[in-house]
Amino acid sequence: MNQLFKYFFIIGLLWVEIQYSVVADEKQKISIVFLSQEKQVPAALSNLDAFIQHKGFKGAEMAIADNNTTGQFTGQYFELKPVIVPLGESVLAAFKRHAVDSDLFVVNVSDNQLLKLADLDEAKNKLIFDAVSRADELRNEFCRNNVLHLLPSRAMRADALAQYMLKKRWRKWFLVVGPTEDDKRFAQALRRAAERFGMDIVAEKQWLHTYDARRTAQSDVPVFTQDVPDYDVLVVADEQGLFGEYLSYRTWLPRLVIGTQGLIATAWHRTHEQWGAVQMQNRFKDYAGRWMEEEDYGAYLAVRAIGEAATRTQSNKVGAIKAYLLSDEFALQGYKGRPLSFRRWDGQLRQPVLLAAARSLVAVAPLEGFLHPKTELDSLGYDQPETLCHPGE
Amino acid sequence: MLKHVAGILGLLLAVNAVADTVYVTLEKDNALAVVDGEAGTLIKTMTVGQRPRGILLSKDGSQLYVATSDDDTIKILDAETLTEIGQLPSGEDPETFAQSPDGTLLYVSNEDDNQVTVIDIKQRKVVARIPVGVEPEAVAVSPDNKWVASASETTNMVHWIDPESHQVVANTLVDPRPRGASFSADGKQLWVTSEMAGSLMIIDVVSKKIIKKLTLSIPTVSEDKIEPVGVVIDAAQQWAYVAMGPANRVAVINAQTLEVEKFLLVGQRVWHLAFSPDQKRLYTTNGVSNDISIIDLDTHKVIKSVAVGRYPWGVVSRP
Repeated sequence: MNQLFKYFFIIGLLWVEIQYSVVADEKQKISIVFLSQEKQVPAALSNLDAFIQHKGFKGAEMAIADNNTTGQFTGQYFELKPVIVPLGESVLAAFKRHAVDSDLFVVNVSDNQLLKLADLDEAKNKLIFDAVSRADELRNEFCRNNVLHLLPSRAMRADALAQYMLKKRWRKWFLVVGPTEDDKRFAQALRRAAERFGMDIVAEKQWLHTYDARRTAQSDVPVFTQDVPDYDVLVVADEQGLFGEYLSYRTWLPRLVIGTQGLIATAWHRTHEQWGAVQMQNRFKDYAGRWMEEEDYGAYLAVRAIGEAATRTQSNKVGAIKAYLLSDEFALQGYKGRPLSFRRWDGQLRQPVLLAAARSLVAVAPLEGFLHPKTELDSLGYDQPETLCHPGE
Repeated sequence: MLKHVAGILGLLLAVNAVADTVYVTLEKDNALAVVDGEAGTLIKTMTVGQRPRGILLSKDGSQLYVATSDDDTIKILDAETLTEIGQLPSGEDPETFAQSPDGTLLYVSNEDDNQVTVIDIKQRKVVARIPVGVEPEAVAVSPDNKWVASASETTNMVHWIDPESHQVVANTLVDPRPRGASFSADGKQLWVTSEMAGSLMIIDVVSKKIIKKLTLSIPTVSEDKIEPVGVVIDAAQQWAYVAMGPANRVAVINAQTLEVEKFLLVGQRVWHLAFSPDQKRLYTTNGVSNDISIIDLDTHKVIKSVAVGRYPWGVVSRP
């Protein structure tokens, strides 16, 4: 009897195995390439935050797992193929090599490389999800219709900060700009925001790195901030974080710092807990062993957006997926209390922007009272009438 | 004379409406608020455990079950004395749960583990863990005990679980981030809300297909503020009510025609709803304005708001 039972049990197991493999074969496969180039470790002010290579990859991996949990019910299978390009090697060549693998690319590359990628012949019928860039140029005059941007642009961030400063009546700004090209671009976005929200930049200075053994942050910053008209708030543009952290508590007048340091504008932050974000923070920390970075959030959303489109359309074709992503039906859950969607005019993901201090979430833009005829989310960044993105013209 | 009339009217009203006690979990105060539903007054608040959210009354009315999420447990309270008489092994971070019609089993959503935990209440033991989609939240048991419906917020599906075999036997794709789910009293329909699409879907239980979708919209409220969460349907299947989150309103829906009849302005960020035992009143938890609203269901008017404490989340009423 016992033997007989065992016999049946083994047959049963085999049967389950056969069933399973049939199901696996029948599943619709959706392949996604995650393309990232290794980065030179930049100079840092302190050792508090370790440099993280290939930000975004862990976010993409987590989203793939989420997609596959859904996929087991919809008969779909999502595959993530990491393509890591070593420092100094060609991203374009890597893209070409893997062009046959998938039509869907989630990328963490420099702004210049992204533009070149998008213009490749091999990229014509691909959809590229930019998980990291903030460049307004890539959403305006250099926009491409095969690229979607997941993180907020510099203009969206500057507008979010400006809304908050207007609410606080901090109208007189002292703008401090770092030496890099990116700093100048963010300063440009801040000037645009100041104009949009009727703010007054009463002084502007460029921070220069000078190397003099007698100079310290303690003595340098008061001197640097002394010789300017009275201002309400110091607005800093230092994207790489080379000096901005030195400004707080050291200015000649006791003033708050806002911008890239002090109170910052970001897509994601470890202080963010509302709207189910706690679950996301915990899941990510368990999975990756560190806090979720903005780029991880960008890549997570990119892969989730693909999952959502593939599930709803029951398709693995790039055309159908893209059409769904740009349709009115698309509403992505992004743990920020509002459905996220893509702006059709420039491929930018519409989203709330978090205003965060180191250990507290201060506000979420768009702030109450900043109205918009369609959606208040479009009070941040380049709105349809302002866009310089006219692909195909 | 007038005083007399008023006194007599008051007496009549008191006789007509049945007194009830309302229990509200206060997520940020780690407390339970106790409210006199008829008078609309706060009786007391008492500490209950860390981050209390979901709350249910046992079928016999003698016990309260309260999910204290940050304690990773569901506490059993004596409904009379409000003393803790035990805990249920809910798994991590319990939030919402539902009872089997006979009151013996509890189905708990475990958001972080993508599963539904089935607990035998008497034995205080886990009977099964059922894998479902990503971040399951809303869970409901059909009145005939044929189905357990679990909605997952990130997978965007209703999973139909067979309570006998504990297997997911069917799935219905729904609008993004489903938050609330309730069966109609006849067990023929499942009503599900979508927070992100701002919609209410009515699913036919036999075919498991969406037979009606209502996109809720209010001319004076921007679309992205319409985020429905809780949904309840009255026993007579005349009316259903949907809590609309940051739109600060409750939608009144004709459960026969399946059309919205009106919107009632309540407190800020309204999430969960509960009927009084006689179904003459509806209570709403308003997370941001820290109060509950009391709606008179004969007139469909908001008659009172009662300040209860920080982040009111779940609500139940007991005769």
